[in-house]
Amino acid sequence: MESKDFHIIADTGLHARPATLLVQTASKFSSEINLAYDGKSVNLKSIMGVMSLGVGKDADVTISADGADEKDAIAAINDTMTKEGLSD
Amino acid sequence: MTQKLSGIAASNGVAIASAYMLVDPDLTFEKKTVTDTDAEKQRLHAALDASVAELQQIKAVAEKNLGADEAEVFEAHITILEDPEMVGQMESKIESDKVNAEEALKEVTDGFIAIFEGMTDNVYMQERAADVRDVTKRVMSHLLGKNLPNPALINSEVVIVAHDLTPSDTAQLDRKYVKGFITDLGGRTSHSAIMSRTLEIPAVVGAETATTSIKQGDKVIVDGLDGIGVVDPSDDDVASYTKKGADFAAQKAEWDKLRDEPSVSKDGKSFTIAANIGTPDDVAAVNDDGGEAVGLFRSEFLYMDSSVLPDEETQFKAYKKAVEDMHGKQVVVRTMDIGGDKHLDYMPLPEEMNPFLGYRAIRISLKQPDLFRPQLRALLRASAFGNIAIMFPMIGTVDEFKRARAVYDEERQNLINDGVKVADHIDVGMMMEVPAAVLIADKLAKYADFFSIGTNDLIQYTFAADRGNEHVSYLYQPYNPSLLRLIKRVIDAAHAEGKWAGMCGEMAGDQVAVPLLMGMGLDEYSMSATSMLQTRSLMKRLDTKSTAKLVEQALDVETNEEVADLVKTYMDQLND
Repeated sequence: MESKDFHIIADTGLHARPATLLVQTASKFSSEINLAYDGKSVNLKSIMGVMSLGVGKDADVTISADGADEKDAIAAINDTMTKEGLSD
Repeated sequence: MTQKLSGIAASNGVAIASAYMLVDPDLTFEKKTVTDTDAEKQRLHAALDASVAELQQIKAVAEKNLGADEAEVFEAHITILEDPEMVGQMESKIESDKVNAEEALKEVTDGFIAIFEGMTDNVYMQERAADVRDVTKRVMSHLLGKNLPNPALINSEVVIVAHDLTPSDTAQLDRKYVKGFITDLGGRTSHSAIMSRTLEIPAVVGAETATTSIKQGDKVIVDGLDGIGVVDPSDDDVASYTKKGADFAAQKAEWDKLRDEPSVSKDGKSFTIAANIGTPDDVAAVNDDGGEAVGLFRSEFLYMDSSVLPDEETQFKAYKKAVEDMHGKQVVVRTMDIGGDKHLDYMPLPEEMNPFLGYRAIRISLKQPDLFRPQLRALLRASAFGNIAIMFPMIGTVDEFKRARAVYDEERQNLINDGVKVADHIDVGMMMEVPAAVLIADKLAKYADFFSIGTNDLIQYTFAADRGNEHVSYLYQPYNPSLLRLIKRVIDAAHAEGKWAGMCGEMAGDQVAVPLLMGMGLDEYSMSATSMLQTRSLMKRLDTKSTAKLVEQALDVETNEEVADLVKTYMDQLND
């Protein structure tokens, strides 16, 4: 199991386009990937799940991956986070 | 049996085609207990799969006919249907609660809708709640074996019959096949009416019983000239309406010849015929219909079509596109006119007893510079790319105009100091819609570069009659000498200071009003793009001396009807 913490800096938080991008990235991997925020955890491959968390600006989230490609998955998600200006 | 419906004529022309009912079927169901949960899960998956397949088909058609942007919403819907979390929750509901697929679908989607709608500070998420509702409807229709209307898939000529048309409905319509609209609800300025005029298809709105009187596939005539719908018409009806449609088309073809002609009176006086627009995309129709300018760009559409406050850059792009597409012809942009009947979800305004008399338009802009300044900067930056003019709405006093103008001057200087290119001269004017401003038009004319008379509001404020209240709709009297005197006062005041006067609002293209406005020397006439050529044709037949005499008479009679009669007599003599 791999995991990483992110501090969200995007003004809109994890809504709309950013959420879609993360879900798309996560969906490329076979590992089980979860997003934990504020005591709740959702499947990062689910746009509905991610959006229903209501992750706003300045939130601290933890993303964990469990499976054969867990390292690559976390690296790819990290990449999306920085490239899209979601996290610092 | 032939049946006649009467409604409001929303868009000119006559259409005859089969009815397409854009009406949702009854999707109520009974909650049931199931024993074979595997079979029930299979039912759910079959409905989900069928919905996805249908959406893919709709998306492909929409992409081809309407463009990738309009089709994107269907991709979003597919994503929701394939969402592992949502589908997983439905499966476990069936498994553990032993409920039927309909109930599982409803309970799970209701849960998400409640979460999204609960995020009241986030308009985007509330829109996603609407998406979830939409897909739920589609899956439910498959579970219940009912057909949901799919307007994007229409592939033969139809008249659309609906309770009301929403922007998302109309976005899916292919104008090649949609020959007309008839709706239960709406007025001349409702979304469906404006849309039908933009698409130039005949429409009758507010026909009240359209959806109950008409059935899918019925032959329907839509007479958008007189606001009449005929269901199941006789052969005679078809013949006479076909002729009416052909006559109108011939008349329109005659007007179309004037597309590249200047707007001049019979005695050689030049005028400007302009269009009212809401978005930069409307400019194409303005050019197609021979517009010489945009007399009113309602910038609030930028605010209303967005889920967040549009920033300076977004606005700049919109204004730049509009002026560029007009190729040097003037575009008059009205600064934000929010308030009254126009609201923004993301910028709640206080509840008011009389919103039209309250916190709206320039009153908001002056109080909230964080809204006003970015708009002015965007306009100033766009001025480098074409011919832009700016006008402030709802100005009532000299002081208001001076204050608005001062903010403009300041932002102009800021941009110049920053080395940003702006036009050397920009006309900065004001709307004339508050009677107090009309009465001191001579004073305001010293400061404003032009006046544009907003007739809808000016009538409402002059007669103290809410334009949305049907009990006082008799007070909508555009030809009443009281109003004509105000209009004349505005025009005379502008001319005395060497400024120009225009009018934006339905009255500028009103065929009874135009002879009077020409007689008063109004310079610019801004109207729906579709009325421009008809007005240019009318102008060519009128001379300014005899219309000036007509105005003298009109200002001296007592009632709206007397003025209308005077104009009618004048036109009849002209035709003889």
